[in-house]
Amino acid sequence: MKQEYTITAYTEHQVGLLNRIAIIFSRRKINIESLNTSPSEVAGIHRFTIVITETEEVLRKLTRLIEKQVEVLRAFYNAADEIVWQELALYKVPTDEITEKVKVERLLREFGARAVVIRKDYTVFETTGHREETDRLVEVLEPYGLIEFVRSARVAIIKGSSGFHEMLKEFEEREPREEPADPDSTYLTDYQDVLAL
Amino acid sequence: MLQHNLDIAENPVSETDFFARISGSESVMDALVAEGVDTIFGYPGGAIMPIYDALYDYGAHIRHILVRHEQGAIHAAQGYARSSGRPGVVFATSGPGATNLVTGLADALIDSTPVVCITGQVFAHLLGTDAFQETDVINITMPVTKWNCQVTDASEIPAALAKAFYIAKSGRPGPVLVDITKNAQLQEFDYKGYKPCEHIRSYRPKPIVRRSYIEEAAQLINAAERPFILFGQGVILGNAEQEFREFVEKSGIPAAWTILGLSALPTDHPLNVGMLGMHGNYGPNVLTNQCDVLIAIGMRFDDRVTGRLDKYAKQAKIIHLDIDPSEIDKNIRTTVPVWGDCKETLPMLTQLVVSRSHPEWLAEFRRHDRLELEAVIHDELNPTGEELTMGEVIRTINELAGDAVIVTDVGQHQMVTCRYARFSQSRSNITSGGLGTMGFALPAAIGAKLGAPERTVIALAGDGGIQMTIQELGAIQQFGIDVKILILNNQFLGMVRQWQQLFNDRRYSFVHITSPDFVKVAEAYGIPGRKISQREHLQNAVQKMLETPGPFLLEVMVGKENNVFPMVPQGCGVSEIRLC
Repeated sequence: MKQEYTITAYTEHQVGLLNRIAIIFSRRKINIESLNTSPSEVAGIHRFTIVITETEEVLRKLTRLIEKQVEVLRAFYNAADEIVWQELALYKVPTDEITEKVKVERLLREFGARAVVIRKDYTVFETTGHREETDRLVEVLEPYGLIEFVRSARVAIIKGSSGFHEMLKEFEEREPREEPADPDSTYLTDYQDVLAL
Repeated sequence: MLQHNLDIAENPVSETDFFARISGSESVMDALVAEGVDTIFGYPGGAIMPIYDALYDYGAHIRHILVRHEQGAIHAAQGYARSSGRPGVVFATSGPGATNLVTGLADALIDSTPVVCITGQVFAHLLGTDAFQETDVINITMPVTKWNCQVTDASEIPAALAKAFYIAKSGRPGPVLVDITKNAQLQEFDYKGYKPCEHIRSYRPKPIVRRSYIEEAAQLINAAERPFILFGQGVILGNAEQEFREFVEKSGIPAAWTILGLSALPTDHPLNVGMLGMHGNYGPNVLTNQCDVLIAIGMRFDDRVTGRLDKYAKQAKIIHLDIDPSEIDKNIRTTVPVWGDCKETLPMLTQLVVSRSHPEWLAEFRRHDRLELEAVIHDELNPTGEELTMGEVIRTINELAGDAVIVTDVGQHQMVTCRYARFSQSRSNITSGGLGTMGFALPAAIGAKLGAPERTVIALAGDGGIQMTIQELGAIQQFGIDVKILILNNQFLGMVRQWQQLFNDRRYSFVHITSPDFVKVAEAYGIPGRKISQREHLQNAVQKMLETPGPFLLEVMVGKENNVFPMVPQGCGVSEIRLC
């Protein structure tokens, strides 16, 4: 059954790696719904967060293919309940509408929106949250002359992860340790054990 | 960015180390010598001129084969790698020089061949400006390389090449490409010597072997009544022929090969039961669906091997040994995945399996062999009709050529050769398996000969494929490369014709192909040749080809509309294999 999965890949910070990862998806005609690259908890290690909707079997294969890239250290995939995730959205609305209509102000407060810029002609609000929440605010603001809307890629924290510091030490060793990680756990749900090593 | 990965911390340099002021190009040559490279296949051009200038002084160490097209260079490098086990090295210039490598890169990637390509690139300040002969070779080759990188500063060259060689030959081998801008080739820098790469922190060439999986696999094997081994090129790439043979002999399990696994186990080994797949042997295909445990070693369940997946070995437990984790469960769901280098995993498995024989099960293979012999093989190898068959040509080679390396092209002759050629040593069968690249044979044979100079090398091609890269006769002539060229001419693009006959109601759409007088073409290149079309001349002509010192071209006219059987038609299961 297809469902939304979030892939987290720990990588080197390398020119062209984004493309190498992207072509794994495009070759299989899989649409990337969201893609974020950022630093990780470990200095010098980059972190990709990729969202796609596919079956678990496909995710398992894709994760292995990502991990096969020379500059990728590890890749995991997680279903929605295994991660904490957020997306950030920006909304530009006419300032006069906001100030004149008390209702709008209340709405914004309900959605936890924060004003980033207030100018005479427009105001930019920001929210963070899940997609449904940010989408709903779009619907709400549309009648009040929403000028621009943009949403960031997803960033996600893996609930069961204890971070990459320990794992990196293992990668930096020239010879692998005696007792290996379960190779299957690259992608299976016992990611907690993998991360704990 | 690159600097980060080519961190000096990985290759520490002590303060007392000797510094030399040399150019980027000279450091390229020094790296190649340090890596033990003795042969480069290449073609010069504007953007790689500084490297060629440096090469000029290295004639005593490194031989350069000037090909006639860059595709020829990379196929030759592949042939060299496949016959020698060492990475093949290619030089090409920017733009068209680099794009001409793409087919060979794709071929080398899918067939896991270690190749290091060094391409020239325009000056760094011209990147992205549509400069003369500028092309984005890094992005063009990304899907067809195991790894690639662009170098724009001379000081990065030694570490980039060290990484390139390490990645190309370690783990599951593959092609890599290093694109060096002209300014980096010309630039002088403080050279601290070449240090081979032994570790990249983000790259684990071999998965770690898990003993529990070995134990589970051994249990399944020991309990099996009808176990069956499928072996692929992984056995050869892992230099594990001996380990593999010991496993086969102790377990007593019949073993069949994929097209790239051919020659890893001698043809006449009593447990070698033949070829898998679309044009493979009858028994191995039919009995795939009767075995109870399938042990796949260094093979990747290509669709040409499996036929329809939902009709493939559904009854069997599957043990899959592979060095590449992404191959496990890719096409076939495994029961026990044995990740790791088969050089390590096979001896562990051999230790745990019970010494056995499976006479009844083996007899099943023999029974199917007899059916195939009667229905197909006998007439193919000993035809009585007027026309020569491809099979009898191969039989004649078996009789006269001894232990030759046979480099095939793609199509009917390739299937017939793989089916009937007999090999007693490994690395004897070189062919384009995964990509099916017509035009592969002639250039690959050049490389194969240089990689294994003590062996007889025969380039075996059809009349179609030979014309795709026939210009490499020029390289053979110029460098006096002792390649025997055998063209099996059926005046058709035979494999496509066979399909059109069988599945398109004989609508022969553009499969009729004319050929030049190949013997005259060879003669124009100073290569002796002969053309025959009658059986009584076959022995004598093959003998002449083998005895003539240096290259020789033999064209054999064979039956126009002969078909390769058995055949698993596309979309059918392996047990639905047709004998006619």
